[in-house]
Amino acid sequence: MHVDTPTVEQMLDRMQQQLAPFCESDPSVVMIGIKTGGVSVAAALHEALGIQTPLGELNISFYRDDFSSVGLHPVVGPSTLQAPIDGKHILLVDDVLSTGRTVRAAMNEIFDFGRPSRITLAVLVQRDGHELPIRADVVGENMNLSDSAHVQLNTNPWSLDIGERS
Amino acid sequence: MSLPSPQFNSLGTLQHFLTLDGLDKATLTSIMDTAENFTQVGDRVIKNVPLLRGKTVANLFFENSTRTRTAFELAAKRLSADLLNVDLVTSSTTKGESLLDTLRVLESLQCDMFIVRHGESGAADFIARHVKPTVNVVNGGDGQASHPTQGMLDMFTIRQHKGAFEPLCVVIIGDIRHSRVARSGIAALNTLGAGEIRVVGPRTLMPTNVESLGVTWYSDVDVALKDADVIMGLRLQTERMSGITVPSSREFFSTYGLTRERLSLAKSDAIVMHPGPTNRGVEIAADVADGPQSVILDQVTNGLAVRMAVMSTIMGNAEPLREASSQDASEGVNRG
Repeated sequence: MHVDTPTVEQMLDRMQQQLAPFCESDPSVVMIGIKTGGVSVAAALHEALGIQTPLGELNISFYRDDFSSVGLHPVVGPSTLQAPIDGKHILLVDDVLSTGRTVRAAMNEIFDFGRPSRITLAVLVQRDGHELPIRADVVGENMNLSDSAHVQLNTNPWSLDIGERS
Repeated sequence: MSLPSPQFNSLGTLQHFLTLDGLDKATLTSIMDTAENFTQVGDRVIKNVPLLRGKTVANLFFENSTRTRTAFELAAKRLSADLLNVDLVTSSTTKGESLLDTLRVLESLQCDMFIVRHGESGAADFIARHVKPTVNVVNGGDGQASHPTQGMLDMFTIRQHKGAFEPLCVVIIGDIRHSRVARSGIAALNTLGAGEIRVVGPRTLMPTNVESLGVTWYSDVDVALKDADVIMGLRLQTERMSGITVPSSREFFSTYGLTRERLSLAKSDAIVMHPGPTNRGVEIAADVADGPQSVILDQVTNGLAVRMAVMSTIMGNAEPLREASSQDASEGVNRG
C-alpha cells in the first residue's frame, strides 16, 4: 500500500461529492453496480446519496468479450434491474477501471434492458491499462500501477490491497 | 467392454452432454446455478445475450420432436448462436448417405455444436466419439437411454420449488421401462441426494432389476403417494412398446392415473410434474395437469434456461481446444 494513497472512505467521499449534483437535479437517477466489486461501492454511495430508485446489480458474465479464449466465467448471480431505465440517467459504478472491457460489456447489457438517456461512469479507482476509449466521469482516486499490479477491494472494513499478480 | 466416457475432453472438462450418469453433484449444481442466471434473460426488452455470437449449432433430429427441437432452437437463439435445423427424419439418410458422411458434411460447414435426437440408445455417444475434438455434442434424447437436459430441467424445477433435495420424497408414476426421462431423472436425483425415490406402475412397465437404479418399486399408486413432495408423471410411450403386456389407456388411468383424489394423498404442498406432451385422461387428469399444484409449464420455461446453461458451459469448455486447433491450422499442422 502506498503511503500517499487516501483511504477508501476518503475516495467514497470524493465520489459522493461529485455525484451529488446529478442526484439533486434529477431524483429519477438509477444507480447500477457491476458485480461483484462494484456492487459494494454502489451500495455505499446509493445510501449516502439517498437515491430513491432501487439499486441495480449487473452480472456481465454473459457479455464478456473473452468467451472465445477462456469460456464461461463463474456466474455470480443474475442481473437485477428493478427500476425502469428507459430515458433515465444511469450512474454506473465499478470498483476498478482498467482496460475498460468490463464497462463496455456492462453498457452492452444495459442497452438490452432499455435505452437510458445518459450513462455516467463512476469508479473508486481509475488505473492505467486502458485498452478501449473509456474513461470514468467520477473517480475516487487515479493510480499509476504496473501492468502486473492487482487491486483488490475489501469491505467490512474498507481497504484496498495492491499486490503483484501471482 | 465399456469404453471410457467421451463426455470429458483432454482438459478434463465437460465437452459433451450425453448422460447424467457419472456427473458429480458439483457439476449438476453448477449447471443449475448457471441456469438460474439465465432465467431472467427472457424477462428483458432484448431477450438474448451475446455469449455464443458467431457460433453455429445444428439440430440433428433423427426422431420427431417438436418440443425439444423448439426448446433447443430458442435456447441457441437466446445465446445469439446461429441455428441450423437438419431434418434427418425425412431426407439425407434415406438417400444412402451414412451418418458419418452427414457428420463430416456438417463439420465442413463449420458447425460448432450438434444437438442429437435419435431413436436408438447410444446414438449421441456414438456421434460424440466420431466428431472433431472441437465440436460439442448434446444429447437431446436417445432411445430409452438418456435425456439429460430434460433431467436437468426437472432437477432445476424441483430445486426452484422445494430447495434442498435431501428431505424430498419423489414419486415417479408410469412407464419407467421405456422412459429416458425417468432414467435421467433418477440418476440426477440419486446424485443430488434426494431422500427417497419411488417408482409406481405395472411390473411390465418397469425395467428389469428396477431396484438397482436406486429406487423402490410400488404397485399401488395410493400407497406410493403417501408423504410425496414431488410427483412426476410420464407419458405412456406406446410407440416404443412391442410384445409386452400393456394395460389399455382406460385401465391405466383407473389404476395409475393421477387424479385429484389421488393427489390429495400426497403432501398438501406437493408439486406435479410431467415432461409433456401430457395424455390427459391416461396418465393424468386434466384438472391436475392444469391445477394449482402443477408446475408443468414452469418445466417448459426452465427448459430454456437449463439448455442455455448446458450449451454455454460445454461450448466454453471447448474454447481452449478450438483456439489451439485454429493455431495448428494456421501453422499448417495436420491434426489427422
